[in-house]
Amino acid sequence: MKKRKKNNFLLSDNQMAEFVSKGYLIFENIIDNKTNKKFLSEIGHTSTSLNKKNTDQAWLAEHYNEIMKTSKIPLVKAGTPLKKAYKKNSALNDVINNPVLSGAIKSLVGDRPKLDHHFLHITFPSKYYHDANQKISQGNHNDCVIDPREKTFDIQLFYFPTAVEKNMGGTRYIPGSHFRMVNEFAIARYHNIRGQKHVVCPAGTIIIFHHNIWHGAGINNSKKIRYGFKIRLMPTQKQVKLWTNKTYKNNHDEEALYWNRGIEKNSIKEILQKTEPWFEADSGRLDILNRIRLWRHITNDKNFDAAYWLTRIENDYN
Amino acid sequence: MKKQDILILYLSNSSLESNVIGWARHYGDKKKIGMPGDNDSPPYEKGIEAIHDGWRLFQSSQLEQHPKGDEYRTGYLKYEFFFEKIK
Ligand SMILES: [Fe+2]
Repeated sequence: MKKRKKNNFLLSDNQMAEFVSKGYLIFENIIDNKTNKKFLSEIGHTSTSLNKKNTDQAWLAEHYNEIMKTSKIPLVKAGTPLKKAYKKNSALNDVINNPVLSGAIKSLVGDRPKLDHHFLHITFPSKYYHDANQKISQGNHNDCVIDPREKTFDIQLFYFPTAVEKNMGGTRYIPGSHFRMVNEFAIARYHNIRGQKHVVCPAGTIIIFHHNIWHGAGINNSKKIRYGFKIRLMPTQKQVKLWTNKTYKNNHDEEALYWNRGIEKNSIKEILQKTEPWFEADSGRLDILNRIRLWRHITNDKNFDAAYWLTRIENDYN
Repeated sequence: MKKQDILILYLSNSSLESNVIGWARHYGDKKKIGMPGDNDSPPYEKGIEAIHDGWRLFQSSQLEQHPKGDEYRTGYLKYEFFFEKIK
């Protein structure tokens, strides 16, 4: 009984395909208000903290240090199993045990992931900074050095304990950028990319990002502090069929690319072939090939294809 | 003193006639600043529109051969065009 209930929260095939295709999944408002409040009080946030008349940078630094000192966020050694990372009854323990989130974690990185690191991002309203550097948004980057893994991926959970409104400068991210192998801030020259998104969400939202997604923080033009708690998880097992027991015997009769009745709406093939507004004509096709390859891997369906993309180039009689 | 304004465009293929997929602005005027994420819609639909609008192209990326064994790896945006206006 217990097991069945647990499985109800594993991701669906379509959600997995969505993650393979776009590099993220959004779970709006899944953490309840009680837990959000508990988290805020554990990190030492007070809603009146910004009403102080003192708005200089020294005060900001002091306030920040105070949060770092008094917060109950534990120091967790890199490589600690997620299950052992947070104390029972702590807000973070409640967060990671949320059934929807733990189902998603299990589906993506298995049931025994390790914690790489976690961090509380605090973004004060920009008017509190005198330093011009703090009034400039963060450049696009990914959170890794060149990461050559093609099939294994880490995930980064972003937990937003308060609502992120439009003027709060929520993280900008580029859907579908997770297959692009670049080195961190090397891409900062790309100020704007067609189809870029900005996090705007209700309190208690979790976004799960592929570790390689391109992103950058915005400027907080509101009067409220923006918090984002990040947890990076690495798998300790092969990421194959972690969300399902199904055997994937796909219908491999491929539709021809042009002369067809149209791809079935919301099918795996459609999700994997949806191009992003910023895809170049040529490299965008390669991104689709890479999605199909990852889908083959996670479903253990070595012959899967969409519109013959891979079958065509594998037809080599050497 | 005359100053240089910079426009960087990323296009969807190597032709100036193709669509803008990424962009950045930089200003000679110290009071103006182009920032990451400062605009969700591109300044032009196609690269050539920048030329029509008086921007002078001074650099564009080369076409490079795909290294063997790494043909399917994607990375940086390939079609980069630098423009300037002297004001
Ligand atoms: Fe980052």
